[in-house]
Amino acid sequence: MGIEQKTGNLGVVTTTLEKVVNWGRTGSMWPMLFGLACCAIEMMAAQASDYDMSRFGMELMRPSPRQSDLMIVAGRVTRKMAPVLRRLYDQMPDPKWVVSMGDCASCGGVFNNYAIVQGVDEVVPVDVYVAGCPPRPEALIHGIMTLHEKVKAEQLKDWA
Amino acid sequence: MKNELKVAVEDLKKRFGAQQSEFRGQISLLVGPQDIVEVCRTLRDDHGFDMLATVTAVDYWPEQQPRFHLVYQFNSLSKLMRLEVRVPLDGNEPSVDSVTGVYPSANWHEREVWDMFGVHFEGHPDLRRILMPYDWEGHPLRKDYPLGYEEVQFTFNYEEIELRKPRPKE
Repeated sequence: MGIEQKTGNLGVVTTTLEKVVNWGRTGSMWPMLFGLACCAIEMMAAQASDYDMSRFGMELMRPSPRQSDLMIVAGRVTRKMAPVLRRLYDQMPDPKWVVSMGDCASCGGVFNNYAIVQGVDEVVPVDVYVAGCPPRPEALIHGIMTLHEKVKAEQLKDWA
Repeated sequence: MKNELKVAVEDLKKRFGAQQSEFRGQISLLVGPQDIVEVCRTLRDDHGFDMLATVTAVDYWPEQQPRFHLVYQFNSLSKLMRLEVRVPLDGNEPSVDSVTGVYPSANWHEREVWDMFGVHFEGHPDLRRILMPYDWEGHPLRKDYPLGYEEVQFTFNYEEIELRKPRPKE
């Protein structure tokens, strides 16, 4: 605060490195298209005009894992799809986060059988779980805001 | 019942000894497994059933012997009629001739029946799993296949299930 008072109206602001980096990360976090089933429709609805996710920085959704930060697993993951999911997660560059959208991705949902992975956290580490079958677009946006708060609370010693 | 359908049913009964049963206006014929390719060829060439709608199977274990019923459903687009043909099969590894030579659309349907029920099709060009992972063991839609469900995690057994759950290494 001292430097700001001395420079006056020069247009200089001081902050911490953590705050700037976290602000940059949350301000433009690009999700990867991973809509598998019905939750994908709600994800599309959240990205479309009525519940706009580009207000929160998710201007576009990249289908390529190399160019995205956030993986929104929307829908049921079968046992056949689980290694594919893990491979795509490994191909994403750091820093990366995972949002598990809907009941089937969080815990297996209504499908408690041999074919569906019971919760995608058996395959990838999840940051935020969004419940619902399917979650409303507002619920998904609330999940994204929770993830933003989690990212803003990250410290320097966690990055390395 | 339409006249052409009656002609087809009578022809199959005479040549292959098919037994007829009816449910809500839909005709179903029971045929032996050794005749099915000839039945398909007859239906396609002589009676105008140009579309094989589906090939599925039903497992009646343990109530009925024979255990499996293979169900073939034929459509005729030119004459607007439907017919169902059932083939009873028994045993743990039943085998029947493939009808892909007669109706190419049976290819993936027979792959699905192989994957889910274990019915082997002789002469099928590419018989491998289509719905389950390629190295899966077992045939899931049989009645003696376990459901494979996960135990529900309540508060009293939370810790013991939490230790057993598979987690990613990262």
